[in-house]
Amino acid sequence: MKSFNKEKVMQWVFLLTASTSIIAVGLICIFLFVNGFNALTEIGLWNFISGTTWRPNNDIYGIFPMIVGSVYVTAGAILFGVPLGIFTAIYMARFCPSNLYKVLKPAIDLLAGIPSIVYGFFGLMVIVPFIRNNLGGNGNSLLAASILLGIMILPTIIGISESSIRAVDKSYYDGALALGASHERSVFFSVLPAAKSGLLAAVILGVGRAIGETMAVIMIAGNQPIIPNSIFQGVRTLTANIVLEMGYAADLHRLALIATAVVLFVFILLINFTFSYVKRRLR
Amino acid sequence: MFQTKRKKLDQLTITLNILVKLSMIMTFIIIIFMIGYIFINGIPHLKLSMFSFTYTTDNVSLFPAMINTVTMTAITLLIAAPLGIGTAIYLVEYANKKNKIVGLIRITTETLAGIPSIVYGLFGYLFFLAFIGWQYSIIAGALTLSIMILPLIIRTTEEALIAIPIEYRQGSYGLGAGRLRTIFRIVLPSAVPGVLAGIILSIGRIVGETAALIFTAGTVAKIPDSLFSSGRTLAVHMYALYNEGLYVNESYATAVVLLVVVIAINALSTFIAKRFKKG
Repeated sequence: MKSFNKEKVMQWVFLLTASTSIIAVGLICIFLFVNGFNALTEIGLWNFISGTTWRPNNDIYGIFPMIVGSVYVTAGAILFGVPLGIFTAIYMARFCPSNLYKVLKPAIDLLAGIPSIVYGFFGLMVIVPFIRNNLGGNGNSLLAASILLGIMILPTIIGISESSIRAVDKSYYDGALALGASHERSVFFSVLPAAKSGLLAAVILGVGRAIGETMAVIMIAGNQPIIPNSIFQGVRTLTANIVLEMGYAADLHRLALIATAVVLFVFILLINFTFSYVKRRLR
Repeated sequence: MFQTKRKKLDQLTITLNILVKLSMIMTFIIIIFMIGYIFINGIPHLKLSMFSFTYTTDNVSLFPAMINTVTMTAITLLIAAPLGIGTAIYLVEYANKKNKIVGLIRITTETLAGIPSIVYGLFGYLFFLAFIGWQYSIIAGALTLSIMILPLIIRTTEEALIAIPIEYRQGSYGLGAGRLRTIFRIVLPSAVPGVLAGIILSIGRIVGETAALIFTAGTVAKIPDSLFSSGRTLAVHMYALYNEGLYVNESYATAVVLLVVVIAINALSTFIAKRFKKG
């Protein structure tokens, strides 16, 4: 009888540990949304989101430039990272000799493990001076952030694309080959279309990573809270806005920063839902 | 002349072939260049004085930060590993798949996995500092990071548990063992390599994390007296150096140390994964 009780107790213990994620998400939502809500009632949701001026000293809080900044930087990262990543994934999945694969795969895994602060430092030391000296501006720019984020999302894009290309049934490739297509044509026009929801999932996850990245962006994006006119001008992202000012913000300013996190959080939730939707269609 | 049997390749095929190879080469060059650049510029600046026991503005020692990183990693894992492994056990061994709670656990875990680290940092600040009333401290940082790495540990442990053949469990039940005994004596021991790989990946995330720690663990460059005082990890140390704007060489050196840690962690996880496949 005693052991029966132990079984029951432990089942409850496991259930309890399993509810940690639920509690955590609940707490995060409550603490962000309650604080953010206070800011929004004071500033006004529309003023906050569509306002183009961010001047905490005068209590003017408009985060539209930061929303645009996040969107631009993410779009730039996609522009650089997705073509390179998907083509590399195709190579890894269908072209790569196995001895080269043994080198490439760990190298890409390593890229995934490099801390974002190291990426940022690399950007600061290499990409920013390169842009300053060759393309003009002071280097801290939308372009620099886009390039660096493009590199940072490579492992995500490559990993998911590669596994989705590998998951395509062999008959697609064989069929195309049998109809006389070359290896390349078979891969690109028969296998790749079949893997397209996997590729889409890769891009969505890449977007999620790029939009949430903070430290690397702060170091190289310039951080001016203004909508940029060219890719050589600085931008400030939503994430950067929080880190830059949270250290000294008080009162409404602090609440406005928390509301910035709420906007970011909503973006991420939308991306997550799209991702799980695409993943469900994948099955 | 020599094109007797081999079909002549068309333009598109050749273009695609070149494109794919160029992409691979470019990706590889980026990786080699990044790592090479940091090592070449960083190794000459690794000085013995940077490993002195206390930090001063003269020696810019990263030793306290290293100790803090180890402490932070240990405490975070101590909190997150039991919770994550417990969750995975519940999901795989106990839960009825149609149960509503299971669905909720899955959705929340996926949500946690997508939240950017700065949002974790902000939440940690609001909850542990502003609400509970702690100071910037190792424990606040570790608790924040625990939530952050929870999804990673849950997912890897779950995969490891699912990979254990059902016959193991049936055999154990057949011999009269209860569910609990089966889990702890049969299932978990066989899943150790998978669980370990997940934990190693988590270590990588903890070591590299900055944004979630700035507003929870703070940026004090000392080994703290207790878990309730502030201390910066290596990654935060690097951010602090960047912020002060004076220590480019020391930043390079810190980047080298971080990279070495990351490379070691990756090598270790590959090694364990390989043994897992063999065994």
